[in-house]
Parts: sequence; C-alpha cells; structure tokens
Amino acid sequence: MIAQSRLEPSRRAQGLIGVVLTGFCSALAAGLLIMLLGYVIVQGWGAINPAFLTQLPRPVGVSGGGVANGIVGSAIIIGLATLMAIPIGGLTGVYLAVYGRGLGAEFIRFLAEVLGGIPSIAVGLFAYTILVQPFSHFSGFSAAFAFTVLMLPLMVRTSEEAIRGVPIAIREGALALGLPDYGSIIHVVLPAARPLIVTGLLLAIARITGETAPLLFTAFGSQFWEVNPGNPMAELSLQIFTYAISPYDDWHRQAWGGALILILAVLVLNVGARIAISRRPRRS
Amino acid sequence: MIERPTLGGGEAAPEEIADVALDAVAVNAWYGKKLAIRDVSIAFGRNSITALMGPSGCGKTTFLRCLNRIHESAIGARSAGQVMLDGRDIYAPGTNPIVTRRRVGMVFQRPNPFPTMSILDNVTAGPRRTGLLKGARSLRESAEEALGKAALFEEVKDKLDAPASALSGGQQQRLCIARALAVKPEVLLMDEPTSALDPLSTLKIEELMGSLAKDYTVIIVTHNLQQAGRVSDYTAFMLGDADRVGMLVEHGPTKRIFTHPGDKRTEDYITGRFG
Amino acid sequence: MTLGQAIADRFFRFALRGATALFVLIIAGLFIELVHGSWQAITTFGPKFLITSEWNPVTGKFGALPFIYGTVVSSAIAIIVASVVGILAAVFLAEFAPPVIARPVSFLIELLAAIPSVVFGLWGLFVLAPILASTVDPFLQRFFGFLPIFSGAIYGIGLLTAGLLLALMIVPTVAAISRDLIVAVPNELREASYALGATRWETVTRVVLPAARAGIIGACVLALGRALGETIAATMVIGNRPAISISLFAPSYTLSSVIANEFTEATSAIYLSSLLALGLILFVISIIVNGSARLLMWSMLQRTRAR
Repeated sequence: MIAQSRLEPSRRAQGLIGVVLTGFCSALAAGLLIMLLGYVIVQGWGAINPAFLTQLPRPVGVSGGGVANGIVGSAIIIGLATLMAIPIGGLTGVYLAVYGRGLGAEFIRFLAEVLGGIPSIAVGLFAYTILVQPFSHFSGFSAAFAFTVLMLPLMVRTSEEAIRGVPIAIREGALALGLPDYGSIIHVVLPAARPLIVTGLLLAIARITGETAPLLFTAFGSQFWEVNPGNPMAELSLQIFTYAISPYDDWHRQAWGGALILILAVLVLNVGARIAISRRPRRS
Repeated sequence: MIERPTLGGGEAAPEEIADVALDAVAVNAWYGKKLAIRDVSIAFGRNSITALMGPSGCGKTTFLRCLNRIHESAIGARSAGQVMLDGRDIYAPGTNPIVTRRRVGMVFQRPNPFPTMSILDNVTAGPRRTGLLKGARSLRESAEEALGKAALFEEVKDKLDAPASALSGGQQQRLCIARALAVKPEVLLMDEPTSALDPLSTLKIEELMGSLAKDYTVIIVTHNLQQAGRVSDYTAFMLGDADRVGMLVEHGPTKRIFTHPGDKRTEDYITGRFG
Repeated sequence: MTLGQAIADRFFRFALRGATALFVLIIAGLFIELVHGSWQAITTFGPKFLITSEWNPVTGKFGALPFIYGTVVSSAIAIIVASVVGILAAVFLAEFAPPVIARPVSFLIELLAAIPSVVFGLWGLFVLAPILASTVDPFLQRFFGFLPIFSGAIYGIGLLTAGLLLALMIVPTVAAISRDLIVAVPNELREASYALGATRWETVTRVVLPAARAGIIGACVLALGRALGETIAATMVIGNRPAISISLFAPSYTLSSVIANEFTEATSAIYLSSLLALGLILFVISIIVNGSARLLMWSMLQRTRAR
C-alpha cells in the first residue's frame, strides 16, 4: 500500500465547502441584522426632529405631529413595571439563594422557567382579566402589571445567581462577626452581588422595552397626554404598530422614527448591561 | 476543678488548666442525618493557645465551628451539646447564636475580606453593623487599635480607604484577624489560618498568635504538626472512627502530647505513621 | 441583638417568604384566569373547538383550527430555516472563525435577539414582503409551482413571509445556544478524532456535533417555542385571514395574531371566551414545547457529566 502524504481531494473539498457554507450562514445572519439596522436608521432618521419628539399625534390622516405621549407613556409604564418587579423578583431570588434547597425550591425555579416561556400575549390576557375587566377600564397600570410578570423570570434567575455567585466565605465572614442574618445579606452579600444584579435588571428592562402585544388590551393607547396610570396610556411600541398597519404614508414615516428611538433605547440598555457585568470585583 | 465525662476515649487534663475560658462538653454535630462529631469535650484555658489537630476529615473544623455556632448556619446542619463561655452555656435554649458570635470570633482558612469595602470599612464592619460603636472618630480609633493588634497597621495606615482586595494574601488574612478583633471577642477561633498563605506570611501570623494570646483565648485548627508544636500551649488530637465520625482522642499540654503522648493513636500520628 | 435588629430580622424573613409566595401566586393566577376565562368556550364547544374551522362572530360559532394551522405552519417554516442557518453559523463561529471575526459576529447575532418584535414587523411589512413578492415568490412559483405549496396568488404577505421573518427572529437563539454547546464539547474528543487522521470538518460533523446533539435539539425546540408565541411581528405580515389554504403564499392567521387583532372588538361573551381559549391553547403549547426543550438540554448535561 502506497503511503499517502497528501489528503484526498474529495475530503479536502468537503472541508472547504463546509467552511464556506457555515461562514455564509454566519454572514447571512449578521448581515441581515446590519441591513435591518441600517434600514431603520435611514428611514427613521428623516422622521426624527424636535417636533416629533415633543408633540402629540395628529388626528387620522393629518400629517405631522409626534410621539411625545408615547415616549412619556412608555417611560411611566416601564418605570412602574420595574418598581414592582424588583421587590417581587429580586426577593424571590434572594429567598431561593439563601433557603433554596429541596423539592419546594426546585419547583419554584421550574415555575420561573415556565413563566419565562409563556407568550407575552397570554400574559396580557391575564392582566386584562384581573385588572381591566373587573373595572371595565383600560389602564397604564394593567400594562405595567403585564410587564412586571414578563420581567419576573429574569429577575428571579439573575438575582439568585448573583447571590449564589458570592462565595459562602464572605457570608460566613459576616456571620462570624455577629451580624444577624438579614444584616449579612443586606450589607455584605448584596453589595458584592451588585454588578450581576444590575446586569440582570437592565436585561429585564430591555426585554420589556418594545414589547407590544400585551399593551393592545391593557394600556390600549391614547391620542392625548396621559400620566395617570389609571387611564389608558400611549406607548411608543404600540404607536409604531398602529401607524405601521395604517394606510397613511405619513404615519409609516413616523413608525420608522419611533422604531429608531426604540432600537436606540434597547441598544443602550444592552450595552449598559455588558458594562455592568464587566465591573465585577476581581477575585484575588 | 471542672468534672468532665471522659467519652470517646478522650483524656481530659483538668489539673493542668486552672482558669477555663471556654468549656465544651459532649458536643455533637450533624450534616443532615450524618453524624459528623461525637461527644467532643475539651476545656480551653484563658489566654492560652490550643491547637486542634488531626488528619483531614477528623472533624476538627466541624468542632471549631460549633464553638461559635456557625456550623448550624449551613442548611441542614445541626449541633448540640454544652459550651460554657464564662459560666453560661451558649447552647442553652433561647440563646441567640448571633450574640455568641460577638464573643467568640473567627478567622477562616481563606482570607475573606468583604470585596466591595475598603480596608477601614472591613475592619469596622462588625462594630458598625452590630451597633457597638457609632461616630467616625471612635470607629477609626477602634480600627487602628485592631489593625495594630493584628500587626497590620504600619503597612496600611496611609491607605485605609483603599479597597481591601488590593492587599496581598497574607495582608488580607491579617485584615480578617483585625476585623475579628474589632468586635472585641473573648475567644478567637482560627481555622487553618495560614494554610492558604506563603511561608513568610505564615511566619508573620504565627508570631502574631503569641501576642494575641495575651488578650484572647485562641483556638486554632491546624493540620500542620510543626505549627501546632511551635505555636500552641495545649493540643487536642482528634480522629475519625470507622464510620467517619470525629472524636477526641487526647488533650493536654503541647509539650507532653508531643513528647509523651498517652494514646497510641496520638503517637502514631505524631511520628508520621499515618495522617 | 437589639430589639430593633430582632424586628428587622423577622421582617426580612417575612419579606423573603412573602415575595416568593406572591411570585407563585402570580403564576398560578395566570393559569387559573386563562382557564376561568375560557370556560364558557370550553363547555360550549368542547374538544371539537380544536378541529373546527369556522370563526364567525355573528353566529357565535368559533373554532381554533385555522389559527392552529397558521401558527404551526409558520413556526415550522421558521424552525426549519432557523435551525439550518443557526446551527451552521454556530459551527462556523465555534470551530472555524478566528476570534477577531468570531467575537464581533457573535455579538451582532446576539444583538439581533434584542430587537423589539414590532421593529421586525415593520421591516417585514415594508421591506421583506415586497422583496419576496417581487423576486423570491415568483421564482419559487416558476420552478416549483407544480407543488401545491407554491401555487396560488402572491400577495407578499402570507405564511411564507411570516415564516421567514420568524426565522430571522429566532436564529440568534439557535445560534447562540448551539455555539455555547459546541464550545463546551471537551477537547479530548476532538483530539481523539484528529489522532485518527480525521480532518477538521470530519471531526466537527462526526464527533463534535453528535456530542452536542441533544442540547442543540433542545435549543431548536426552545427557539420553536419563541416562534409559536410571537405575536406582533407575525400579525404584521401574515395577512390576517382565518382560512386554511395549502399554498404558502396565501394569507393566514396565527393564534396570537387573532387575539391581538380581535380582542378589543369582541362584543359577545362567547367571542371573548373563545379568544381566551385560544390564549389557553397557546399557553399549553408553550409549556409543552419549553418543557421538552429543557428536558433535552438537561439530559445532554447529564450525559456529558457522566463522561
């Protein structure tokens, strides 16, 4: 048998095709993203001007106007949702990290994972049945509640992992000084876990920014200034949706503008999360 | 004189300890359902250094952690027995372990300074959080005193606000000692305090122990025979039995244990036949 | 310990337990409310609800079949396309790409996951649909028109468009998780393969991918779960027509889209209840799909640990 010193051409070709094919797929995915972002920037840039950012929407068919009430409404709804999600999700995560052994705790973690996979529209239906239907009234608050439920799985998981990530020696060091349980957690463990908690929070906020489906029958949208969460409120992503499916070109233009604002907000949050996670204290 | 039951083959040496600061009687500890140490009884003399030694897995660290009731802070862990601290049993029903931990301080095997805090904040963490001291000036004074006792003050006096994580391993361990001293305990427990350190830092801390014993009752777990011989006044030797349940074999003045051990198992360990 | 500290400690423990109880309550409440709201539809139509095609608010007759069809087909298109592209991309990024390419490209692909679905919908409606209508769809019809799935009128919006848009949205999930799984395959396996004289490509296809197989399938199932629940982007490009047709070019309707479009206009109680029943179907599907995904990935974790 002749000793081979070179690779058979067919195997070499296979390898080459493989690299090209897989490289093409990566390029396709990344390229489509760039194309999409580029398109939003190009189309949306023209729509953004001070009027767009500060004015209320004009009536149907009339051109001009802005999405100011949507921006404010989004901020209020997202802010309320965060305020509710931090204690419920964060403390549940702390509970799981400190006391969480055994079947009960495993079940709660399983529930958190299940909740994470539920379509946002189903969550919106839930918010509708308990906060809109009984009062026969759409409200920003019901939207905030739906958003809270969407944020909870992320909050629970990251706060548990953040606290678990702090070495047990740190907590025992605090206990050995005679600190009570809550003191050791609040004053020593939580500050040490802060970068991971902040990251998780930013990612959870990014998750709900731009979420539209639940809003359709909770916040419902509004043409006017509304800062009272008890009433229907405008929300940016909802406005984009409404404008996009309308037959008016001017509204399409504004939809792109709103999309650009939304993407910028989400990008800032994601980049912020990456910065926060890089600020972890170094282990000596 | 304090009567002690001699269980588990342990030999008590009551005639040699006149002033007992901490007296453990029949301490047992479990991890879940598994018994880890059985009926360990040791008396610790005031302002002395007692070394707990034995092969790994003999329960010496578990026993140490029962003396400040930190063993039970782990989920599923339990400890029981009688530990008299100046006449009062820290295991008496209704006694809060948190109170005990201020009187019995602990230094851990790996230095564990609080990562987000400065040197000063680390040392004063105890007094600040437990409400012992208030006011920046008294906190600072107490920190200086503690750092001095831990032989670290000179090295850090100009950078008390620097992050604790910037210190070297040996310095961090001395910082942890200072932190433990700042709450003014009566007893200081040290769990293999130098095993994670380089030889030079180890030497510094061993020198420190002598001066610490002047003010505190020191109990140190070590697997290093030479260290036990160098540093301690009394030595207790522990061993795990066939079921891996730890128990006390022998306890007495270090010189006697190392030159004329009473129990053959102790002799085998010291002469290196096992462990 | 001072009295103040004792009270604070007790309060802290209470707060932890209370928050956790509230969390569990919310999840339980979600399920209960969906069932409660669907009850009228469930009792009126029974299991036939799942196979009835009629959706008539006027006569009060409702059936979920067209929407189940639309959801399943669009998601099937999405997962087929996304798993092929995503797994191949993951192989490239994990095995062939030098770090100077791999890191930014991975970052870009993960960024895709962060884009809100309404933006995808916007792009799909104004960019993807016209492109498909003018180039790809006619192409498919010309060469493959004998297949019933490529027959019929071309509108631009429809099942195929929705499927492809969903594919774009879930590709990051497949790619990112698969990439991590491939990277996690122990190097000893690769080296064993090289030692036998295999090429890079052969090692990847015959050793590495099979080792990561269960997890990658899990990642695909997870991505499928996302596609099934996706509402807004699908609504904007699916055509919103509650009828079943075999052609992929035809407009259709998904479970989530019909809820999104018709919920605020549901006038009668049975209408509302039927829509809530659709929500319940979505909920159950997502639990089954996500549960299987987690199970698959967990089983892969067990297997690599056993090694």
